[in-house]
Amino acid sequence: MLSRTADHLYWMSRYIERAESLARLVDAHYRMSLLPHSSETLSQSLRSTMTALHMESEYLDRHKIIEPRAVFDFISLDREYSGSIFSCLRAARENARAVRGSLTSELWETLNATWLDARSQVARRSSQAADIGQFVEWVKERSHLTRGVTVGTMMHDEAFHFTRIGTFLERADSTARILTAHQSDLVPGADASVVPDPYAWSVLLRALSAFEVYRRVYRDVITPFKVAQLLILRDDMPRSLLRCCKEVYNNLKSVANQQSAETVRRAGEMHAALHFTRMEDILATGLPVFLEQFLSRLRDLGARIASDFLVPPAEV
Amino acid sequence: MSAPQGDHLTSTPYNEMTKVDGDGRAHYQRYTSWLKDQPPDRLAQKRAEADALFHRVGITFAVYGQEEGTERLIPFDIVPRVLPQEEWIRLESGLKQRVRALNAFIHDIYHDQQILKAGIIPPEQVLCNSQYRPEMQGVDVPGGIYAHIAGIDIVRDSAGEFRVLEDNLRVPSGVSYMLENRKMMMRLFPELFSEHRIAPVEHYPDVLLENLRSVAPTGVADPTVVLLTAGAHNSAYFEHAFLAQQMGIELVEGQDLFVRDEAVFMRTTQGPQRVDVIYRRIDDDFMDPLVFRPDSMLGVPGLLTAYRSGKITIANAIGTGVADDKSIYPYVPDMIKFYLGQSPIIGNVHTWMLRKKEDQAYVLAHLSELVVKEVHGAGGYGMLIGPAATAAEIDMFRRQIIATPERYIAQPTLALSTCPTFADKGLAPRHIDLRPFVLSGRDVTIVPGGLTRVALREGSLVVNSSQGGGTKDTWVLET
Repeated sequence: MLSRTADHLYWMSRYIERAESLARLVDAHYRMSLLPHSSETLSQSLRSTMTALHMESEYLDRHKIIEPRAVFDFISLDREYSGSIFSCLRAARENARAVRGSLTSELWETLNATWLDARSQVARRSSQAADIGQFVEWVKERSHLTRGVTVGTMMHDEAFHFTRIGTFLERADSTARILTAHQSDLVPGADASVVPDPYAWSVLLRALSAFEVYRRVYRDVITPFKVAQLLILRDDMPRSLLRCCKEVYNNLKSVANQQSAETVRRAGEMHAALHFTRMEDILATGLPVFLEQFLSRLRDLGARIASDFLVPPAEV
Repeated sequence: MSAPQGDHLTSTPYNEMTKVDGDGRAHYQRYTSWLKDQPPDRLAQKRAEADALFHRVGITFAVYGQEEGTERLIPFDIVPRVLPQEEWIRLESGLKQRVRALNAFIHDIYHDQQILKAGIIPPEQVLCNSQYRPEMQGVDVPGGIYAHIAGIDIVRDSAGEFRVLEDNLRVPSGVSYMLENRKMMMRLFPELFSEHRIAPVEHYPDVLLENLRSVAPTGVADPTVVLLTAGAHNSAYFEHAFLAQQMGIELVEGQDLFVRDEAVFMRTTQGPQRVDVIYRRIDDDFMDPLVFRPDSMLGVPGLLTAYRSGKITIANAIGTGVADDKSIYPYVPDMIKFYLGQSPIIGNVHTWMLRKKEDQAYVLAHLSELVVKEVHGAGGYGMLIGPAATAAEIDMFRRQIIATPERYIAQPTLALSTCPTFADKGLAPRHIDLRPFVLSGRDVTIVPGGLTRVALREGSLVVNSSQGGGTKDTWVLET
């Protein structure tokens, strides 16, 4: 398939996944905002989340203080900010439109309808305050639908593998960043007597669809150790780092070409490292260091995939 | 030249559905009796349904200068344009004849130029034309076919005669609307299709692909065909993506292709892959920055060298524009006689060439009755419609004609035939034309019908989508 086509498919699915991740984050914080006595935790959580996602400076260009409603609006609906959910949905649709011939008509229509609907929702919003909770709920549903239509209608060929690589690279990135935003809650600090705010847990777990999973897996009170274990090392947890790396590796193996051996090897290495490591080892390294290394390897992998498959070499 | 034939606005346009005495034409009978039984709100609801579907499927055209992700619909009218079989048979043979002659003409121009030597067309008309490509002189193309895909615009005058208004031999578009309009009509009104025998059009992509494969460079057993687009921001992008998908071929941009050893390759995830036929949807000027416009980002450097060496087929060929220029149009009937020894089955619209002194004098004296067109204009731009123009507009054209007469032609203001169309206040007659798509490969083929365009504004004669035109499904009835 054309390298450019693979590139558009890869970005199309990355943007949809990113829209969903952002929607989850907004949703979790929005729920928190409805609870009493949590405003300080909420502001703190919003601040560290925006820092981890590199959104803070763009936000502060537009707004003076971190205020929940303004943050929700900024992340969800800001037409001018290229990192908002709205902009992600537009970018996903523009990438899809560039290769609409390589998509099934069901998939194209799903992405196109999502964009048209988002646009009219945002237009309506200027006159009346829409419910942000409802908007992010809708974004999640559209993302689920898109994923379902992708798996259910597309041939499981090269095009499919590139969409999957995009999805799981983006998801790994998102999980790692959310963990980064909450690392202080996950690692017992110098002062062990400070008990982390239980609201912070619920935000973290809900943002990764892991709240109910946690209860089912551990049947126990929530402890930092187990939360980290669930989100990093559980093979059966769809948003864990291990699971995402496994999917990236497997899909990369299926599209391997003559120059991609080293890229595939590195993806395999990332997967194997997570597969055979223990939580104790990660904590010994220190969670912040571990996450930083992980994100940097992920960036390297993304760049390698782009140069091996997507961005055509200048001289052939 | 003779006095004006044809008609202008004072004559009553030919109504496709109804005769002058008010009786319905036979081939519309079943449709009109069906229409009578339809409750008005059902039709209104079907129109809304069509709009929503077109948006959702993204059958739109991009509007330059608007926000990304904003495209417009070409309005679709739910009343079909119906052609009886006997009319179509005549049209079909006339179109095939015309396109054969046009291909013979282009081949001749880039080889021996016999038609110029015979004194039928003044050589400067051809050789000084900006669409004439000296790079193509002496180049042999597979099958001698240049215009593989031709869109011939047909109108019907007030006497009920079909005439050719324009030949589009470069990158004619609109065929996707022909196909999507049919799909939409079948979805909205399936009952109409069981009540009529309507000639199918759905096989167009298969015929097109077969044609493109048949003109691959000699010796290529299983040619790889690609469709070259300017990209997602081009106004006809939907059609490019649609056709590539329907044919199952890659939709490529210039950046996806490169030339090595005079052969063309595309960049794929598995390395370079050889390309044999390019169905291009960008103009000559942008095809190869080394030969044509050096600032073009859309083309492929070295493509023309590959083309001249015979290792790639380009459809339509480079340089076909020399035959669809409005200053060449008046000579097409002569080409038919010269190359085929036949008399034209479909006539032209009478045309005055303003570089001729006597034509110019007549036109300048009758500007308020005539249509004046720029020779290189397209899409309904650069055009004066005398009866609808203000004194100032007429004055402006008068000065331009006197300054550069060779840039203009004039034609009578045709009362294009009308077809009932949904307007704000219900059904009303609107002017229409017809663009059939003529495919030339090993043989010349046309799927029955074509794209009917309709001028939605009352009284308007301009059917172009960029100027408020819409489209209709076109039925050729089989008997």
